[in-house]
Amino acid sequence: MIQTLFLFFAAIAVGAAINVLAQKHVLYSALSLILMLTAVSVLFILLRADFLAVIQVIVYAGAIMVLFIFVIMLLNLPQDEDGADRLRWLKFVGIPLGLFFLFLVVATLWNVESSVDTRSGISGSPVAIGHSLFTDFLLPFEATSLLILIALMGAVIFAKKDL
Amino acid sequence: MIPVGWYLILSAVLFLIGVLGFFTKRNIIALLLSVEIMLNAVNLTFVAFSAQHGQISGQIFVFFVLVVAAAEAAVGLALVIAIFRNRESLNVDRSNLLKW
Repeated sequence: MIQTLFLFFAAIAVGAAINVLAQKHVLYSALSLILMLTAVSVLFILLRADFLAVIQVIVYAGAIMVLFIFVIMLLNLPQDEDGADRLRWLKFVGIPLGLFFLFLVVATLWNVESSVDTRSGISGSPVAIGHSLFTDFLLPFEATSLLILIALMGAVIFAKKDL
Repeated sequence: MIPVGWYLILSAVLFLIGVLGFFTKRNIIALLLSVEIMLNAVNLTFVAFSAQHGQISGQIFVFFVLVVAAAEAAVGLALVIAIFRNRESLNVDRSNLLKW
């Protein structure tokens, strides 16, 4: 049952990720990426990372992707600008090499024996995450606020009219 | 009981798709979307190992990756707006001058 769920949502994630690349217009790519993020959040639930699954939907699919779609619609992009003249050959070299790399990884990982028990084990509940975040990881957490402040100022300065 | 290798293989596949997109697409926004795919693949690896080893640290790292991804999206999209305002194009091959 759990395996079926995993395979189903893994297939959705991979298919949506391929669709991100296959689409001509960036807007459809972004919408397809939202589907992939949602499928990955279901996989987080299967791994008992409840808080991250919720955060994935709210922050990633909700905030970040809305920002992307907002910018795409704001810029009013010209259709189909993807004429890669100079790097056309890259596809024919890169895709076989990438598939070979993937074959190596799968051949290595195929026989991993330890399995993830989805019923027992740790739970990534908000309580557990928050407790760890405010005790062991307090300094990185505070540093994160500095990072967000810098990113905020950078975004404002970059998007100014007279750059 | 799902073998942890399944999660690792899935995230390797997703990461590879992201890398392929990053190297073959020419639109800046498509490149940013490919980076998001790669970040998600790494997040999945973190959570899978966190569940396997019974440690919460992996999920904390995913939290930080999310924060960095949000900051990256904000700055990256501001740069996209600035580039589009100057070049009227989002093709990265056309933004090949540092200053002109």
